[in-house]
Amino acid sequence: MTVPVFLFDLFAALAVASALAMVLNVRNTVAAAMSLVVTMVALAVIYLLLEAHLVAAIQIMVYAGAIVVLFLFVVMLLNLRSDDFAPGRARLARLAGALLGVFTVGEVVRRSGALPAPPALPPGFGGYRAVGIALYTDYVLLVEMASLLLTAAIVGALILAKRKID
Amino acid sequence: MIVEVVIKSLFILLVVVAALAPVITWIERKQSAVMQDRIGANRADIGGITVLGLLHPMADVIKLLSKEDVVPFGANRVMHLIAPLVAATPAVIAYAVIPYGGVYHFGDYTLSLVAANPDWGLLYIFAIGSIATYGTVMAGWASNNNWSLLGGLRASAQMISYEVTMGLSVVGVFMVFQTLQLQNMCLAQDTTFRVFGFLQHLFGVPVPQWLDWIRLPAWGLFYQPLAFIMFLTTIMAENKRPPFDLPEGESELIAGYFVEYSGMRFGLFFMSEFIEVVVIAGLITTLFLGGWSVPYLSTQTIVGAIKPVFNEGFANGLCIILHFLTFMLKVVVMIWVQMLLRWTLPRFRYDQVMDLCWKIILPLSIANIFVTGFAILLVRGQP
Repeated sequence: MTVPVFLFDLFAALAVASALAMVLNVRNTVAAAMSLVVTMVALAVIYLLLEAHLVAAIQIMVYAGAIVVLFLFVVMLLNLRSDDFAPGRARLARLAGALLGVFTVGEVVRRSGALPAPPALPPGFGGYRAVGIALYTDYVLLVEMASLLLTAAIVGALILAKRKID
Repeated sequence: MIVEVVIKSLFILLVVVAALAPVITWIERKQSAVMQDRIGANRADIGGITVLGLLHPMADVIKLLSKEDVVPFGANRVMHLIAPLVAATPAVIAYAVIPYGGVYHFGDYTLSLVAANPDWGLLYIFAIGSIATYGTVMAGWASNNNWSLLGGLRASAQMISYEVTMGLSVVGVFMVFQTLQLQNMCLAQDTTFRVFGFLQHLFGVPVPQWLDWIRLPAWGLFYQPLAFIMFLTTIMAENKRPPFDLPEGESELIAGYFVEYSGMRFGLFFMSEFIEVVVIAGLITTLFLGGWSVPYLSTQTIVGAIKPVFNEGFANGLCIILHFLTFMLKVVVMIWVQMLLRWTLPRFRYDQVMDLCWKIILPLSIANIFVTGFAILLVRGQP
């Protein structure tokens, strides 16, 4: 087993374990959020092993560093306690989740034997230059659409948050 | 390869964490004492020898290690215990990508004095910096104390806001140097530029010969003065030291997020703040002050002058010593500037902190990106 494969296995196991810890810790919201951070960091390491350096850095900056901090901020602001979550409400959701999980694991096991060899990567693959050039030439329309969506979301949030608009 | 990385990492840990950070606590005490017309720390002694109070960091550590480690009643024990580690780790590992020396060639062996030099070095620093929030937030929440919870809340809002502006404020710098790799940034700053060269690009007339002699080091500070001020402000706010110490706010929150910490766990929060001061100084040196480069004396000049007299190895060895000392000097100056600001400015009000971030620095940094883009287009003729 080579070092990258070993690291991949290690961090994949960590990602799955911390994701499970998040779901099982649902009563303790802060602990669940911290488990989510561990999942995000483990995923970032996996992206690194896949040569996607920019995505790895952004994964940590945006997901681990910003979004989960906002979750924590809201949780701490509302000071949620464990008895705020009534159990047994989401039986159907649990059933669906369990089925989906079993299906996913089955599919991974079924296909893991016959994976194609990875293609050779062009130089600079996954770096900020390659991703930036791709984003602002081939996918510029999608980038602009996403920015429009985000602007609309910001305006919407402002309108919701302001009592009086003058 | 591995051995080289280990040696470089050990060097950083020994110089920065084990040596410089404790000395900073002493510098801070002495500097504040000088500024407030006091004598400052001078009592700790071994057999009557006080060495200007330099033994105080040692006495502090002995005191903190021998104190009782209290976990408050009702606290989340696990999180309370690991929060100081989560706070201290990012501060230490952020240093991995900051170069403390240049690139040297010994025959066919190339030595680059930086522990890790990834293509996306600056993004690594930002990623690590965004993780640093968790130690504070965990400590604030896990202590089961209203003051620390408020401190954690303030910290999370403040740090997440300033992360955005911190990233945007240095975009201009890496537009100028066209790289995110910190060693390459230092190499790009190891030269000079013509102060009045822009006249030629602006008006299309050749500049008189004698004006070409007025040159400045090609530092980020001179290319991006506004970015320098904004970056210094935002990164100091990220470190939560005065005037941005709202999460601690002694007058309102006792000590904020670490009220319930004692002994060496409190010491870890304390130390991580000082390690971050060194990281900030190193980062600002790298981005804005030319890193290890000696102003007006590029590596080629030094090597070219000494190589004919002695040999290449000696010239490079001299360069390494000179560059490392230059780097340390710049770092110490930036530490001094941070301490100066810390003891000069009073604490902001919380709404002022947020206004400064979102209403002043954010628009200015975006304007800076546009102006820089136009200037680059003008000078280089292409993006």
